[in-house]
Amino acid sequence: MTELERRLRALRDQRRAFVPYLMGGMSPRWLDHLEALVAAGADALEVGLPFSDPMMDGPVIQEAALRALAAGTTIETVATGIAERHLPVPVVVMTYYNVVHHLGLERAASLLSEAGALGTILPDVPLEEIGPWKDASAGPGLATVLLIAPSTPPARVARVAGASEGFVYAAARMAVTGHAEGTGDAQRVVRAIRAVTDTPTYVGIGISTPAHAAATAEWCDGVIVGSALVERVLESDDPAALEHAARPFRAALD
Amino acid sequence: MSDAVMGRPDESGRFGEFGGRFVPEALVPACLEVEEAFVAAWGDPAFRDEFQRTLQEFGGRPTPVTPLDRLSARLGLRVYAKREDLAHTGSHKLNNVVGQALLTRRMGKRRIIAETGAGQHGVATATAAARFGLACTVFMGEVDTVRQALNVFRMELLGATVVPVRTGSRTLKDAVNEALREWVTCVEDTHYCLGSVMGPHPFPWMVREFQSVIGTEASAQMRDLGVPAPDFVVACVGGGSNAAGIFAGFADGPSRLIGVEARGGSAIVYGAPGILHGMRSLLLQDDHGQITEAESISAGLDYPGIGPEHAYLASTGRAQYYPVGDEEVIDALRLLSEVEGIIPALETAHAIAWLVREAGREVPRGSSVLVNLSGRGDKDVAQVRDILRGEGD
Ligand SMILES: Cc1ncc(COP(=O)(O)O)c(C=O)c1O
Repeated sequence: MTELERRLRALRDQRRAFVPYLMGGMSPRWLDHLEALVAAGADALEVGLPFSDPMMDGPVIQEAALRALAAGTTIETVATGIAERHLPVPVVVMTYYNVVHHLGLERAASLLSEAGALGTILPDVPLEEIGPWKDASAGPGLATVLLIAPSTPPARVARVAGASEGFVYAAARMAVTGHAEGTGDAQRVVRAIRAVTDTPTYVGIGISTPAHAAATAEWCDGVIVGSALVERVLESDDPAALEHAARPFRAALD
Repeated sequence: MSDAVMGRPDESGRFGEFGGRFVPEALVPACLEVEEAFVAAWGDPAFRDEFQRTLQEFGGRPTPVTPLDRLSARLGLRVYAKREDLAHTGSHKLNNVVGQALLTRRMGKRRIIAETGAGQHGVATATAAARFGLACTVFMGEVDTVRQALNVFRMELLGATVVPVRTGSRTLKDAVNEALREWVTCVEDTHYCLGSVMGPHPFPWMVREFQSVIGTEASAQMRDLGVPAPDFVVACVGGGSNAAGIFAGFADGPSRLIGVEARGGSAIVYGAPGILHGMRSLLLQDDHGQITEAESISAGLDYPGIGPEHAYLASTGRAQYYPVGDEEVIDALRLLSEVEGIIPALETAHAIAWLVREAGREVPRGSSVLVNLSGRGDKDVAQVRDILRGEGD
């Protein structure tokens, strides 16, 4: 079992996990923002590595990626940043395959692991293509998190969930990241995952309000909140403002 | 992979080390559905028959092969043109779209979405949608909606909705991103009609199969003309669909296969292996794996990647790929217009430009050459006029 999964299983016995997402390098104070999220009660952090062509992201995270790239953000700068801060909660890096492929899978996996990351999410790499990255991640002990979508047929849910490490990422809806109404297909997707695995299952994609988070948390082990918080950082560079926006999500889950 | 040079990709959708299926989990079932439907349809004589019949009755096929006598005299070569410019909607793009529209109907879906660069694939998709009673939305980079404003209007006349894409470089690659994002939200009733031999498996293979009608026809026509195996087969390459279509008719013979890329978008020459838009292929990218923006006067070649089968054909040496610059292209467009009475699309003019440059060099005098005239230049005349006027100033 990966270190990430051990940590998240232990957490499950205490509370529903709050996992905010932030794009690495999107503002000069992005590391302060990550600390603000920890102060607001984040149980783990999902940190984006920007890619020029983020096909699973809507306008808010696209804008964050553009800003991060314009500021010269690379896998190295993000790795250095998170290594320096010694964040007290697990960090999971989300990026697209080309970023790690270009550096070399083994080099990228050790770089992220040495920086302290415990897992990765590559949303453009499905089960059939994840082998090489999983192999490269196994040595340094990085968990490879896989997604299940509302469109994933039952037989496939078993295979993907079985292969996911750390946690299973349940997509709440057929959509890219961004704002949405309600809890979408979350309940159905989580139920399908729960039927085949007891790996912690977190819901993300379009969880926009504390009320969505609370409703979703009824069925799963944690929620991932991206665009709703990233948008705050696009609006204001003040970490206190982000902490203020994140606290209600924490409260909704407790 | 099968034995033919341009055979079926392997189980994972690979041509050698290129291809594959790099899409979000949400799209995997849809890609599998397309693959299954295509395999069944392509093996179904009734589907093949309807495809062929539609291309004839509606699409204007077969397109002729025209000996280009005056250009040949100029260049000291024997040049023949496969006239995709004479197909309905003015380019080869309709071949693929008719195939995918029929497949859409077969899968019981009611809507198609597409990306477009020059607007040719968008116009072809809108045309097929109208013909088969499908709803249609086309994503087009904002830069291209300006460069190709008339094609936007054409699509709208045909009943399609055109969505200008304002992200990234606002050209073809961003239109593909946006079409993929849209597809995630509507896979249930919508087919993504990708416009070239790119994207996730089975698209590169399927689009090549639909476009291989070009090569199949041309091979028989060249035989009738007494040149069954021309020394060179030349085509421009954006994603690579017209090139793949004509190469398919000659790949198992001795002809040299030449793909011509825009210098500012030459993934074979300047690219590195990477993953974009569902495929592993050669891509223009920086030192950190960020995709860089292609730059070309021709919207249809303004793409930082290339279809995976071309990356494979380049790696084995079966085909060769060369870049040409914007100025050579304008000269070639004027030359073909003046000496042959054919105004080619800017994309197509890249193939002509390479031939003009290499006649007597890479292409020895007296060689027989088949050029794929992938499209006509009507869509480009306003832009070319502006460029030529700019030069005159
Ligand atoms: C006339 C014409 N030729 C060529 C192309 C390039 O596409 P492909 O390389 O897929 O043939 C386009 C694309 O828009 C086109 O309009």
